[in-house]
Amino acid sequence: MTVYVLRRLAFLAASLLLASVVLFLLLRLLPGDPANALTSVGASPEQLAAARHQIGSDKPLPEQFLTWLHDLATFDLGNSFISTLPVGPEIATRIEVTGPLTLMAFVLALVIAVPVGFLAAHRANTWYGLILSGVSQLGIAVPVFWVGMILITVFSLHLGVLPAGGFPQDGWSDPAGALRSLALPVITVALVMSASLIRYVRSATLDVLGSDYLRTARALGSSFGGAIRRHGLRNGAVPVVAVLGIELASTLLGAVVVETVFALPGLGSMLSQAVAQHDYPTIQGVLFVTTLAVLVIGFLADLAQRLIDPRLRSTLTGGKP
Amino acid sequence: MKRISTPLAGGALVVAVSVALTACGGGTSSQKGGSASGSFDKNATVGIGSVYEPQNLDNTGGGGQGVTEALNGNVYEGLFKLTDNGKVEKQLAQSYTVSPDGLTYTFKLRGGVKFHSGKALDSADVKYSIEKVTGPTSQSARKSSLTVVKSIDTPDASTVKVTLSSKSISFIYNLSYVWIINAQAKNLKTSEDGTGPYKLDKWTRGSALSLDRFAGYWGDPATNKEVVFHYYKDATALNNALLTNAVDVVTSEQSPDALAQFKSNPAYKVNSGSSTTKLLLAFNDKVKPFDNVKVRKAVTSAIDNKKLLESIWGGYGKLIGSMVPPTDPWYEDLTHVNPYDPALAKKELAEAGYPKGFDFTLDTPNYDPHPTAATFIKSQLAKVGINVKINVITPDQWYTKVYQNHDFSATLQEHVNDRDIVWYGNPDFYWGYNNKQVTQWVTQAEQSDTTDQQTALLKKVNQRIAEDAASDWLYLYPQIVVASSKLSGYPLNGLNSQFYAYDIKKS
Repeated sequence: MTVYVLRRLAFLAASLLLASVVLFLLLRLLPGDPANALTSVGASPEQLAAARHQIGSDKPLPEQFLTWLHDLATFDLGNSFISTLPVGPEIATRIEVTGPLTLMAFVLALVIAVPVGFLAAHRANTWYGLILSGVSQLGIAVPVFWVGMILITVFSLHLGVLPAGGFPQDGWSDPAGALRSLALPVITVALVMSASLIRYVRSATLDVLGSDYLRTARALGSSFGGAIRRHGLRNGAVPVVAVLGIELASTLLGAVVVETVFALPGLGSMLSQAVAQHDYPTIQGVLFVTTLAVLVIGFLADLAQRLIDPRLRSTLTGGKP
Repeated sequence: MKRISTPLAGGALVVAVSVALTACGGGTSSQKGGSASGSFDKNATVGIGSVYEPQNLDNTGGGGQGVTEALNGNVYEGLFKLTDNGKVEKQLAQSYTVSPDGLTYTFKLRGGVKFHSGKALDSADVKYSIEKVTGPTSQSARKSSLTVVKSIDTPDASTVKVTLSSKSISFIYNLSYVWIINAQAKNLKTSEDGTGPYKLDKWTRGSALSLDRFAGYWGDPATNKEVVFHYYKDATALNNALLTNAVDVVTSEQSPDALAQFKSNPAYKVNSGSSTTKLLLAFNDKVKPFDNVKVRKAVTSAIDNKKLLESIWGGYGKLIGSMVPPTDPWYEDLTHVNPYDPALAKKELAEAGYPKGFDFTLDTPNYDPHPTAATFIKSQLAKVGINVKINVITPDQWYTKVYQNHDFSATLQEHVNDRDIVWYGNPDFYWGYNNKQVTQWVTQAEQSDTTDQQTALLKKVNQRIAEDAASDWLYLYPQIVVASSKLSGYPLNGLNSQFYAYDIKKS
């Protein structure tokens, strides 16, 4: 297991380096000159040249890349081209919104998806089993912003019970306000996320229910619940955990939409604005941090799978359990 | 979104040369929004919704339009202030004199003015503040209009003497854009030290900026205790905030479709002010066929601007027929010069040698309202035989292709500033309008001895560019402020993005 973890960590580091190269190059290949963003419209060629010099975009690409890597190694994400303020601290404050939003949505989605998915499988042939799968299919097709707008219309504009958007200026030092602000976005993301999770839980459960080991366990006198608890959960969890990792990562990236709909000052809205402004350091910083988060989530999901299922430890890694 | 916000060079001032004026008190002649309410809450918090978030808090360091909206006049003050209806009034300047040759301005500063840090205002701060705008690292859009400043002297703590390299009648007006900042202040990108009625409480990037009433303010204190600017990137989110009382007023409504829900609701008031933003169909006056005046006139007459404005803004906005908005002193209604008249357009086309019309490409920025306007123009021009190819481009492409390289036939663009007619006096500007007489008038206007002279000259310029159809000025945007009916005293015109919050009363 130690070897596996070390190997997996090395892989993570390599992925991160590769991602940073791709990130860096992609941004430089985009059309448009970031120096335009720094100068007023009447700028002369000299002013533009000065602006390029100021942000270092007049230097050769390899040199820019090395500078970036060096800064990364020292935990410095650079300064925004646009605001000229450091990117790192801003990302840190934005994570205070996006982090809890993602985690709460994730937990809520699990709370919805596991029992619903199980019921949909266990009662697959009854009318409500069919309705459950039908609704989850529909949920997958519905865009996040639409769900968000429906929730705003109902809970904010008509009922007036929750805010339509924004985040308290005092952030989490006003916990009640922060939670109220996040309630609708969390529900929005959780609803959309649970729709696809339900399908995975359902198919994993169907697999388990039709398995030989469950039949054997029942034949040996186990109750249905007991057999599911002892054998079913663990087996069913393996594919679901793999999907969970992917879902969590995509929720993080999907924050762009929900943060715009709900006017939340999170990573997603920070990214979309930076893209519009050609603010390379900010785009790089946000994408780097999210890439890191996605890779770490993938790593943890892998690890979790192996902890749940001992067979994976020996067969897939070749290492000793 | 890239909107053309050009530095200005024209200008007016309400003063005769060599005449010293004394302070005329803090009274303001601005028209104010909302119903006059007798009783109001002196300790109210006013929520202001806006789409213009500051990039940072320094207006010479790339802070952008949002920093002007939030801090100009509220946190920072100038020697002069531009009122909401376009007049220039004294603010931190108590009085001033101008030398007979028009080159030396001597300002006496108002006494008893304190910065938020507690330090008293003196002449060194004024010198520092002007030099901050004109300095080498300044990114101020106003920088070029102050290049006439040759030197600044501070004979004593309350006197500032500015010497110009050439006469500039717009100088006083231009000073209304210069924030007076404590010369010792640090970290101006994230904090402030101004003299205004509010001090900065907290700025949360991506979210909000709050201002508290400043107890040591020299003038009339703000009529509310606190204002919080809430920032939204999405117009729907902004309107929802107003509908759920998360904000009390929206500084500039960008989504005409949303107005119906506020107009029909007595809890809100929809105010239509006068903006300075013009939507232009800008021809490249240097290339065929738009180098021909008749062609430009024909195109202008072939497009029904009234119908275009109606379809985009409903009953709001205005046709002006030239480059000057009503809040500029040299405004005249010139819509009659090139009236909508397809028959006339056909006649002019024939006279220009294009009886069957011609083809051209219209470079169209990819954000609203340009694509809509382009489609409308295409269908209108088709009726007189002109075939338009719409080429949709990003703001960056527009900047490089059109603005820098002048590589275009015609383009759409919004020009936001007041007093920006003077760009027609610059033959090197992107639209390439070159009329020596106009250039001379613009130069003379700036060298005028009186505002009357200046106004007369710029009216001539306005008339001439309309006759030459230098561009087609499609319409003037409305400036729509939507507010809770509990609010009064808010600015309606929001000239150059400023939004004075200190007179807002909430009942």
